[in-house]
Amino acid sequence: MSRHLYHNTGLLSRFILRRDRVRIPVWLLAISLITVITSSAFTDLYSSDQDRQAIAETMKNPAMTAMIGPGYGLDNYTSGAMMAHQMLLFTAIAVAIMSILLVTRHTRADEEDGRIELIRSLPTGRLSNLSATILVLFAVNILLIILVGLGLYALGIESMDLEGSMIYGAALGATGMFFATVTALFAQLSENSKGTIGYSFTVLIIAYLIRAIGDVGNETLSWFSPLGWVLGSEVYVNNYWWPILLTVGASMIIAALSLYLNAIRDLESGFLPSRQGRKHASAFLQSPLGLALRLQRTGIIAWAIGMFLMGASYGSILGDLESFYKEIEMIMTPVEGFSLTEQFLTMLMSIMAMICTVPVLMFILKLRGEEKKNRTEHLLSRAVSRTRLLGSYFIIAMVGGFVMMLLSIIGLWSAGKAVMDEAISFGSMFNSAMVYLPAIWMMIAVAVWLIGFVPKLTGLAWLYLGYSFFVVYLGGVLQFPEWMSKFSPFGHIPKIPVEDMDYMKVAMLTLLFIVVTVVGFIGYKKRDIDG
Amino acid sequence: MTVLKIENLTKRFGKVMALDGVNIEVEKGEVYGFIGPNGAGKSTTIRVLLGILKATDGDVKIFGMDAWKDAVEIHKRIAYVPGDVNLWPNLTGGEVIDLFVKLRGGNNINKREELIRKFNLDPSKKCRTYSKGNRQKVALVAAFSSDADLYILDEPTSGLDPLMEMVFQECVMEAKREGKSIILSSHILSEVEKLCDKVGIIRQGKIIETGTLSELRHLTRTSLVVETKQPIPSLSEQLGVYEIEMKGTALTFQVDTEKMDTIISYISQFGVTRLESTPFTLEDLFMRFYGGEEQTSNAGVGGAS
Repeated sequence: MSRHLYHNTGLLSRFILRRDRVRIPVWLLAISLITVITSSAFTDLYSSDQDRQAIAETMKNPAMTAMIGPGYGLDNYTSGAMMAHQMLLFTAIAVAIMSILLVTRHTRADEEDGRIELIRSLPTGRLSNLSATILVLFAVNILLIILVGLGLYALGIESMDLEGSMIYGAALGATGMFFATVTALFAQLSENSKGTIGYSFTVLIIAYLIRAIGDVGNETLSWFSPLGWVLGSEVYVNNYWWPILLTVGASMIIAALSLYLNAIRDLESGFLPSRQGRKHASAFLQSPLGLALRLQRTGIIAWAIGMFLMGASYGSILGDLESFYKEIEMIMTPVEGFSLTEQFLTMLMSIMAMICTVPVLMFILKLRGEEKKNRTEHLLSRAVSRTRLLGSYFIIAMVGGFVMMLLSIIGLWSAGKAVMDEAISFGSMFNSAMVYLPAIWMMIAVAVWLIGFVPKLTGLAWLYLGYSFFVVYLGGVLQFPEWMSKFSPFGHIPKIPVEDMDYMKVAMLTLLFIVVTVVGFIGYKKRDIDG
Repeated sequence: MTVLKIENLTKRFGKVMALDGVNIEVEKGEVYGFIGPNGAGKSTTIRVLLGILKATDGDVKIFGMDAWKDAVEIHKRIAYVPGDVNLWPNLTGGEVIDLFVKLRGGNNINKREELIRKFNLDPSKKCRTYSKGNRQKVALVAAFSSDADLYILDEPTSGLDPLMEMVFQECVMEAKREGKSIILSSHILSEVEKLCDKVGIIRQGKIIETGTLSELRHLTRTSLVVETKQPIPSLSEQLGVYEIEMKGTALTFQVDTEKMDTIISYISQFGVTRLESTPFTLEDLFMRFYGGEEQTSNAGVGGAS
């Protein structure tokens, strides 16, 4: 019987490892290196007990608890306690994402593309592929436990002993195993890979939210979330093993369930009914703009939430910064009339503007992706002009740029308001952020120009953004010559409110944006569409 | 009335000459069959017609307007079905059909429902789940439910089953009855033979033959199977006779259609007891033009890109 079901599982496991011989090591190294590096950075930054205790004080608010989990050992905030408090949850989420993506890739995605059919036509068992995937994922997570555990222990930090470090690693690995099996389960339930990923991420988000609500209000509630379990191990403070074992045990049960479901279902079917779609297009969809919005709907919403959260997370540290800067302002005198926090904000605005440019570029370059997939020809072979088509994507990018900036400063302002003694007014933040719009526009113009003239090289827009980030963000730290930042539109924006508004510069940049955009549109009208 | 006129169309991709002096003319109410091997330039020609590619040289007029400059105006009156239909995985077939019909301008709800029923398509499914044939059906329903004057069909039946091919042929004939013009690029020669009034054969970017099927007859041969009382001497010496083979007591050979009369009178001297002739097919024509020399191995549709 078992031979019948599991034949060649070992061979398939090796095959999975072969296919992911780059992917898996990259995930493992990235997660363990970031963990180890952050830990050693924490120790350098907050070397004395007083430093750490000061931070611990700022952590005692519901906003922080909701975001990163309950602080164990806040009264004796050792390096270990701090690491577990501030890093464990987010790293665990990263591990969960790794597991979700890897499992989907080897289960439902392969099945959907008909590759499992090929495998199943060979002498392999009915459950071999799923069990091989689960085996590989368990092995990967166990390897992660060892890498992280030994890596943290090897730093030789006093409060981070071997047992604590291993539990830290185990907390990550157990989360990975749990979400690997959850994804394996949804790969049986859902009929397609998008659904599998979607449902698994939904579980992850709900787990995070339940834990957040539970940690702030009702501790029992947190125990309904697997993320609550792993945090409940109280790493480096009490070092409980049983929550880890609970998580692994739950994974085993889910794995068994998914294997059972796999055994009783037909290939390429699912248990969740695939939702019936609309038979007719809504009035909204029936235009190039509506289509472009609809195609990017999920991306737009995800980025909007992401930008708000990014603003909020920067905002949540403004309180610490304020108290930190207050201390050093005794020694260092800030620019006349402005606090150091405000000066820091101008730096922050340029970074946020550049991060907001990422979705904006994605929105406009989507057109090129559509062209490559031969789908713009559906529109252009109908009564749609090229200007109207490019214009639709252009509008989304332009409006998107404004909305992304707006959401990030709403996040920044509302979180900042909650944690700062002297909150900065929304108007002031709005102005210093929105002055970056012409720079974002300029990036759009560059993308439009590339689409119009060298569509094969639209990737250069990303390179240009990368360059901007490099010279504007790191340029100050690394003391690059001034002219280097002048090649980036972000280097020309006045740092309001510390600097005065430079209408001339901003107007010139806007003018340049208009010219380059118009030229790009003309180029798009004149060239061949390829696909 | 000429609906479509291509004169001396040249298209170059860098150094590659994709089209080299193509001439095509399609009249109102005419079905023009466009055949040729993969990579010969069928799709490239069609994409120039659609204003998606810009002609390097030559004149392309549809409804008397320039295919490149007046693309939008022209597209209000044409319907296009590509050979390889890529759709958006997260939209349903019904949504895509509505979008396509709307973008063209017209709207014909009754026809849409009728075609969906005829083609047996489930419009509530996401395009991700459609097979190649079903994606093709989406494009066909969208095209035939539009009230176009010119239909441009680029290998529209690749992926359809024989039943659906019949439905497609009905759609084409109906459009023809309504006086619409159709340009049909296809590999299915029986389909072209059945539907088309005129045929153009393209090879390596050049139209090598064009005309009605009967006009092309002079290019073809007829296969004959003959049994005679007496042996036929020196058949191989007759002009226009090829591939003579003895099969049992029967003799099989091919005759240039033009030379048919002479050959029949010649063999009748020897007491014909059996005579079978296989009529000329487009397939023979096609094979004669492409068979043997330089077959492109480029499989699938849409070779030019």
